[in-house]
Amino acid sequence: MASIWEYANPRKFIRTTDVVLPWVTAAAVLCLVVGLVWGFFFTPEDYRQGSTVKIIYLHVPSALMAINGWLMMLAASLIWIVRRHHVSALAARAAAPVGATMTVIALITGAIWGQPMWGTWWAWDPRLTSFLILFLFYLGYMALWAAIENDDTAADLTSVLCLVGSVFALLSRYAVNFWNQGLHQGATLSMDKKENIADIFWYPLLVCMAGFILLFLALVLLRTRTEIRARRMRALLARERLG
Amino acid sequence: MMPELGKYAGAVLSAYGASLGLIVVLVAASLWRARRVKAQLAAVEARRTEGAPQ
Repeated sequence: MASIWEYANPRKFIRTTDVVLPWVTAAAVLCLVVGLVWGFFFTPEDYRQGSTVKIIYLHVPSALMAINGWLMMLAASLIWIVRRHHVSALAARAAAPVGATMTVIALITGAIWGQPMWGTWWAWDPRLTSFLILFLFYLGYMALWAAIENDDTAADLTSVLCLVGSVFALLSRYAVNFWNQGLHQGATLSMDKKENIADIFWYPLLVCMAGFILLFLALVLLRTRTEIRARRMRALLARERLG
Repeated sequence: MMPELGKYAGAVLSAYGASLGLIVVLVAASLWRARRVKAQLAAVEARRTEGAPQ
């Protein structure tokens, strides 16, 4: 069986994703269309929240990917720190704008949902605040990559930033449990059938979550390929300049 | 066959509009940069091949 580290070879990564990317993209589009159409058009209103419950199909999957996007970057950064594989550092770089967009979607949909339900767009609640800090970490991470010319130095420093930011990624997930205060409810999803949302909302939400995970994967693969090519181009241009 | 969204129609529609708009912008920007970098790399590699000794 082929070792996973073979994919750390940029050429092998591009060859493999040539085959995989169209399938992941098609699956993402299918799940997103089915999940969002199902959730928007074919689910009832909630007896307390009315039609605002339909925002769940965007808010929960985007929040899921905001946190897990950072955790994926953490895994890739650790691989860079330990094994010095360039593809992993570039994958972390590629994931940052996708994760940042997911965080913005979670924040915007949360504010729009919060206004009619809580009577306010924003509160300095533990979960909301830790999510805002996570978004600032995403911005800082992207800015640090852009500010440093040497790719290896940038990968080193951003990996350290990613380790620090992981505290907030985890906090944003467990903030409600840690502080047990604020407006935001606890976990929407639970393994306990009684605690979990009703099946009529749960099934389309599952499809939407699958769609967001696949969309994230497709975009990270696409953007990692771009980062690999951009890195090669910078190396070739540097050689040209040296003559 | 628009569902009846009642008094929260503005909130629901703006959440969907903003989110889908952001996703479309992200996908479009990713595709645009992918194509641009691929073309630029091809041009640099072609220049390098032309300049290589025969």
